[in-house]
Amino acid sequence: MEFFMDSHDRLEYTFLRIMGVIMAEQNNQNPQEPVRGRVGRFGGYGGQYIPETLMEAVTELETAYNQYKDDPDFVRELDGLLADYAGRPSRLYYAEKMTRDLGGAKIYLKREDLNHTGSHKINNVLGQVLLAKRMGKTRVIAETGAGQHGVATATAAALMNMECEIFMGREDTERQALNVYRMELLGARVNHVTTGTMTLKDAVNATMREWTSRMSDTLYVLGSVMGPHPFPTIVRDFQSVIGREIKAQMMEAEGRLPDMVVACVGGGSNAAGTFYDFINDSSVALVGCEAAGLGVDNPKNAATIANGTVGVFHGMKSYFCQDEYGQIAPVYSISAGLDYPGIGPEHASLHDTGRASYVPVTDDEAVSAFEYLSRTEGIIPAIESAHAVAYVRKIAGAMDKEKIIVITLSGRGDKDVAAIARYKGVDIHE
Amino acid sequence: MSKNKGAVRIEGAFQSGKALITFLTGGDPDVVTTEKLIRVMEEEGADLIEIGIPFSDPVAEGPVIQDADERALAAGTTVDDLFAMVARLRTGGEGGADGVGGVDASDGERGLTKPLLFMTYYNPIFTYGLERFAAKCVESGIDGLIVPDVPYEESGEIKDVFEPHGIAIISMIAPTSDERAVMIAKEAEGFLYCVSSLGVTGIRSEIGTTIGGSIEAVRVASDIPCAIGFGISTPAQAAEMAALADGVIVGSAIVRIIAEHGSESEAPVREYVRAMKEALRTV
Repeated sequence: MEFFMDSHDRLEYTFLRIMGVIMAEQNNQNPQEPVRGRVGRFGGYGGQYIPETLMEAVTELETAYNQYKDDPDFVRELDGLLADYAGRPSRLYYAEKMTRDLGGAKIYLKREDLNHTGSHKINNVLGQVLLAKRMGKTRVIAETGAGQHGVATATAAALMNMECEIFMGREDTERQALNVYRMELLGARVNHVTTGTMTLKDAVNATMREWTSRMSDTLYVLGSVMGPHPFPTIVRDFQSVIGREIKAQMMEAEGRLPDMVVACVGGGSNAAGTFYDFINDSSVALVGCEAAGLGVDNPKNAATIANGTVGVFHGMKSYFCQDEYGQIAPVYSISAGLDYPGIGPEHASLHDTGRASYVPVTDDEAVSAFEYLSRTEGIIPAIESAHAVAYVRKIAGAMDKEKIIVITLSGRGDKDVAAIARYKGVDIHE
Repeated sequence: MSKNKGAVRIEGAFQSGKALITFLTGGDPDVVTTEKLIRVMEEEGADLIEIGIPFSDPVAEGPVIQDADERALAAGTTVDDLFAMVARLRTGGEGGADGVGGVDASDGERGLTKPLLFMTYYNPIFTYGLERFAAKCVESGIDGLIVPDVPYEESGEIKDVFEPHGIAIISMIAPTSDERAVMIAKEAEGFLYCVSSLGVTGIRSEIGTTIGGSIEAVRVASDIPCAIGFGISTPAQAAEMAALADGVIVGSAIVRIIAEHGSESEAPVREYVRAMKEALRTV
């Protein structure tokens, strides 16, 4: 492999990991272990609402995960991949111009956009595909919305010699055509899903159906903190590297914890990864930014906490956008990655307990933030991440200059450039 | 534990030879047609009838039933419409707009007597309210529910509410259940739904099933009737599967006929159900 970091980076990475572990121990971490007799519950949310045929597969996954998550060889191999291949730790960047411009709280950006494949999705995928390998699987399947998780899965599959099939709604294959080609370049087969609303939720349906028909050699590499247990826990654990690094990097940069961490939320994996290590630090506000599409009062939105009600779908009990008869709503967002009618069960619980708050951000606000960050900091964020930037734009100015906000920039915006141009009515002759 | 009323009625469907369990999606293409077809099914010897409540995202279904759900939802079908339909079927009332409770049986058509099941996903039940849903089942004349996304581990919350109302919750086993099969069967009521093969619902030209082994294991531990479903479409397949079990479930094959003939499905469905029942009589 030719992806070595220099020795300083390696040392820094090791340092951050150790710091993270020490702090986790000091805080007596793992606050969200199941509180009820049943597995995979976050408060009353989560669970395993799946067909009997799949129970064997999720049980096998849970057993394997428990076997390997603390296995020294597994951890060493995963850490090596995260460092040398994905480029971790991702940088914590002080956005000085944005801070000055908004005139309030100090703003840091957690640069998950700089990871290999351009988003936080690689953190989870490297863990799950490595796990699949240990389980003796030879094939991985995954859903994707914006294409980031699909690209990450196709990448890890190429690296680890796994057959790979991706399921993507036809609406999204059109919105994100470039990512379809990227996945194919990486050797994956991309299935265009033409059922239902032809977006992320339908891609999840299709992947679950595929897994039901073939599981002995196949692992479903789920891309967010959703679905049946153990996925919400596994994905959160693999993504929690984000918050762990933020904590250590912030201690190094400022000598204290931030006052607020902000991340966008679709299913909620980058937010869960960002929040997890801060859950017991009550001084740190946790804010998730939902996609409000054309507005929370307009039917065309995907703001699950703002508009959803408790239901059971995609294997989990959580909040969902749905009608009075429990039919899942055809949600909408400019962001294919946030265009999902549900939210992970741990977020549902964090919302209920008030530990985290969830705020709606519209298409217009996100597009404006997309342009703002590009011009102010020279960083083009993913349109998903731009939802988090948009919220901070609204509140930072009114905050005290001593306060510190960290925004997780979950991905880079190259994939969105054409769609934003279309949104703005700019003809760029694609 | 004494058996609940629904479970007793459902088990009764297995008392005279191999049972034929037929499925159709409620409201596909409209509720009037569904109502007619359910009567036809009973007349032609279906022992137990499953009515699918259409759901926007039926993850355990193949394309045939997915499409049926879409058609039924596009026609505006709600669970309230289907409760009203069941009430009319039970009392023999003809399809008025609001036949709940079926006060009018004046046209002389007799009420449907065979046990009826709703098949749907958990969310439509959960969102309706478990208690409210259970009360409506009793009021209209539903005997049990099949909820494919509620496995053994999650079944407590639904059974706790429906059992006291005398509504059976049907358990499922799959080829992947292995040692889970006996655990599931011990708590099963009505009948045990045995999924023939991996994958979602749909017609299979060949059913490569290993479910027979699980059924043998179940027989040792429980006297629950076992019915095999998923993939069965021809009379020959029905006979073959019935030899391994106490009955067969036929879904996609019927829904495909309805997809083709729409509101004119009565004759072809009648012919099909008759042929399938005939095949089971030879086993």
